[in-house]
Parts: sequence; structure tokens; C-alpha cells
Amino acid sequence: MSALHEHTAAQLAEMLRKKEASSVEITRSVLERIDAVEEKLGCYVTVSPEEAVKMAEEADRRLALGDVKPLTGIPMAIKDNMCRKGHRATCASKILYNFYPPYDSTVVRLLKEEGMVILGSANMDEFAMGSSTETSYWGPTRNPWNVEMIPGGSSGGSAAAVAAGEAVVSLGSDTGGSIRLPAAFCSVSGIKPTYGVVSRYGLVAYASSLDQIGPIARDVRDIALVLNIICGHDPKDSTSVPRDYPDFTSFLDKPVKGMKIGLPREFFDKLEDPDVNRVMKETREIYQGFGVSFVDLSLPHLDYALAAYYIIAPSEASSNLARYDGVKYGYRAENFDGMIDMYCQSRAEGFGAEVKRRIMLGTYALSSGYYDAYYLKAAKIRTLITNDFRKAFEECDAILCPTAPSPPFRIGEKMDDPIQMYLTDVFTIPVNMAGLPGMAIPGGFSSDGLPIGIQLVASHFEEARLVQLSSAFQNETDHHLKRPSL
Amino acid sequence: MKITAEQVEYVALLGRLALTPEEKKKYSAQLDDILKYMDMLAEVPTDDVEPLAGPVKLFTPLREDKVEPSLSVEDALRNAPAVTGSSLRVPKVIE
Repeated sequence: MSALHEHTAAQLAEMLRKKEASSVEITRSVLERIDAVEEKLGCYVTVSPEEAVKMAEEADRRLALGDVKPLTGIPMAIKDNMCRKGHRATCASKILYNFYPPYDSTVVRLLKEEGMVILGSANMDEFAMGSSTETSYWGPTRNPWNVEMIPGGSSGGSAAAVAAGEAVVSLGSDTGGSIRLPAAFCSVSGIKPTYGVVSRYGLVAYASSLDQIGPIARDVRDIALVLNIICGHDPKDSTSVPRDYPDFTSFLDKPVKGMKIGLPREFFDKLEDPDVNRVMKETREIYQGFGVSFVDLSLPHLDYALAAYYIIAPSEASSNLARYDGVKYGYRAENFDGMIDMYCQSRAEGFGAEVKRRIMLGTYALSSGYYDAYYLKAAKIRTLITNDFRKAFEECDAILCPTAPSPPFRIGEKMDDPIQMYLTDVFTIPVNMAGLPGMAIPGGFSSDGLPIGIQLVASHFEEARLVQLSSAFQNETDHHLKRPSL
Repeated sequence: MKITAEQVEYVALLGRLALTPEEKKKYSAQLDDILKYMDMLAEVPTDDVEPLAGPVKLFTPLREDKVEPSLSVEDALRNAPAVTGSSLRVPKVIE
């Protein structure tokens, strides 16, 4: 029999109910796995083993009393940008190296109420700005499938931990692809829900009109189980949408016959990588076998999404990150000359190169004389992109495209070429720009064994349809069952 | 459009970032490249398009005007780099 840390959350929950394992046993199995492979991968910023075992003991007490929810007792990881009272949240930045949040984010509160076991906080690109998890102050996370490769970013630690058995499920955040890209590169499943579905209260802000929290897991069943916990209205987040959500597990294994999938030509025209092309072709054939039909579509403004995003996201970041001033919390420089210089020195020493680059870019775009040419223009293009998608969804139930233009690349390969790095997100960014839900699931492997993800995108609040389509795919394929050998 | 050294310095000050001479050089070249890439947006006619501030319809959520517990002074100050009594300590601002 395989070790406990290799199972999915659904399988472990079943074992807990049948008393075939305890939460403490499961948690210890995952902690042992962390001890064994963490040094190789660097998935975590902070692991709290004693606290995790305590949470597992509490879960076992609840299980004994029959006071259980579906994922009570399952060990998981949060991302290092999510506040958890008394536990360090650094955003993988020196400027927050010693920040201990005085309150729980709403997602952490919901996980605690479920009785899940929080193992620690996962590594990420500094302030979630990156596609490779190389910009972390704590060092890069490595891809479990090949440790010379990046795991994708910015939620690289969250995805690599799930792929490597260092967590059963995890949470990530996604501003331009930060859940879907690492999920694809690590061959796990991940969804960015519709903007406004999961509360962002207690999530350290990067770009507030784009950020969204979502789960990463080994299969879509686990994704549905975590969505059931975290989706819901929160009065503490003014962008949280008041509405009811279905039981997402009721959409698993549901037939997809008769559904229509859109194929935007602007996405497929760009595909140069032969392995990604092959995976997309195989994916289409599998869906065809289910009785799904395909519609060729055009999203005419898609080609402008990346440029518009890299105005909007850094602009919002430059404003959000103004709070790091060395006064209320975080790093303060030792030597400075007066108040303004204290800000300038603390920020210069506390932020890494990519964060500074985006603050510079955003500050420039918002500065007097350039607002109309950059930010306003980008916001208008955002309207056009959103309208393109709206029209597309009149003709189809979901859109299919790759998650990334290529398999994972080498550590260091794109660090000095920001535009090449930004282009990694070309298929994920338009989804954030329009606030749509997007799911990344394993689609296959390249000729040299590196993961390739596929992406399904639906209309606003149609997460259930993505669960349905992804579950159909996983019932027919075994890509999601493969595990890296470490 | 070429980003001048003065512009980089001005933007760095607005962004409250003390940059080294090497960083100034690097960022001015990289911002140039990135902004050149952004120039493609000018191709799109947008005169009659409304800007989109956020993907979902925003409304003003109201709640009952009821006092609820908030952060204690101790908790609020716990992460501060310098504290005097119940205040945050900063360099002298007014001469």
C-alpha cells in the first residue's frame, strides 16, 4: 500500500471516516515527507510541525465525536501571502521577514472551521510578482518533476508541495496566472475562481482588481471539496459577491455530452511548441469522444491583454505597496537621514528587483501626464477584452486553451529578460482581466517528461461547469495520477 | 519614447525607492523596453470605450452601525519596528 501522503484528500477523508487512519497519522506522514524532500525543493517558507500535529489531534477529537466536515483532519498548505494569526506571513519578501499577522484571513478562518490541518505557508514569488517562484527572498522553489526547472509562479510552493506529497491540497492566489501556471508546470489541478467568489480579506494585496484565491490539488474532486469550503460572501471584503454556491462535488462525473467548447484562434495561432500542440490535439480528441462539439472563435483584443495587464497590475501594485514604509510593520533600514529617506532606504533594502521594477513601472504609468496614455488606455482595453469573452460565451459553454506556451523552463533562464518572463502568462492573463474562472489540469507531458497543462475557462460564476468538464477529462485520462520520482 | 535619467530619478522618488546608480541604469533600459512593448495599445481605437475598473459590478456594501471588537493597541503595535509607549516611533518630521 502507498504511503498516506500520496493519497488525495477525498481518499484520506474516506479513510478517516472508516477509522483506517487518524489525522495525526496522516499529518505525520506528510511531515515525514516534508523532512525527506523539502531540502531539494524549497516548497515552504515556514513549516509548523508542532502546531500541525496539535491541529490534527483536535481534528481526531472532532472525528471521534462525529463532529466532522468533509475535509476535517486533512493536512494542507496556505500561501505565504495569507494572514494567519500568530504565524509569520512574509510574502516571500525581506520587507515582511518578521511580520506576524494579528488576525486570521477569512480563508484561514474557514479552513480552521472545517478542521483542516495547516502545515505552514508555501513559497512564492515576492509579493506574487512572477511566473517562476525565483524571486522569493527565501530562495527559489524547484520543480518536483525536474529540479533544474522552475515550478511556475507565483504560487510555485503551493503547487510543488501538492505534486511532491508535501501537502495534500493547498491554497494559492492568482493575479495573472499564479495558480494555473504552477499547477500546469507541476502536473496538478488548480482553479482561479471568478473575481469576487473567494474572500480576499487577509490576503496581502498585489493588484486588487485582479487578485483571487483558489485551491490547488491532485485532482478535480479535491478541488471541488476545497471550493465548497472557501466560496462564499464575506462582508469584510467589499468586492465579495453576495450569492449562493452549489455543492461543487455534485458536478463531478456528470455527463458533458452536447456541451460546446470554444477554441479562440488568437490562442491557437500562437502555439509554436510541438509538445503543447500535441497535447492540445489529444485533449480535443478526448472531448470529442464525450460528444462535445467545438466552435472556432475569435477574441479580437486578446493580443493586447498582456500589455494592458502589465500597466494595470503594476499600477495597482505601486499603490498597494505604498504601505510598506518601515513604520507600522516590516523592515526598517538602520541608516537614514530623515523621514522620506527612511521610507526610501527601507523600501530599497526591503524589496527585491522584480518588485522594484513593477513599482517603478506602475508609478510611472500613474504619474502626472501619463495616466491617460497608459492606465486609462489599459482600463478601456480591459472593457474590450471582457466584451470579447462575453460574446464568445454566447456561442460556447467553455473555452479550451493551453495554460502556458511551453513546458517549464530552466531556473535562471528568464530572470534577466522581464518581457520573456511576462510572456509566460499570455494564456492566463486575459482570464484575470475579464474576472473569469479558469481551471488548469494536467494534459500530458513533453517528450522529455515535463508537465503540460490545459486550461478551461467559463463565464462568470460558472466554476461548476469547469469542475464538470475537468472531471470528465480526468475520468478518461491518467495524467493527473502520475507522480514525480524524487 | 526614451526614459531619461531624470525621469527615472523622479519616478523613484515618487515610489519612495532609493536606487543605486546601477539600478537606475538597469531600470531605465528595462522600462524603455517594456514601454515600447506597451506601444501596441495605441493601435486600438478606444475613444468610445468606457474604462473597466473591476470585473464584477461593484456596489457599496452597508452594514449595521454596530460596535464590534477591533485590534487591541498591543496587537496593532506588535509588528512595529520602533515603538514608544502606545505610539509608533518615527524620525522627527517637523523642525
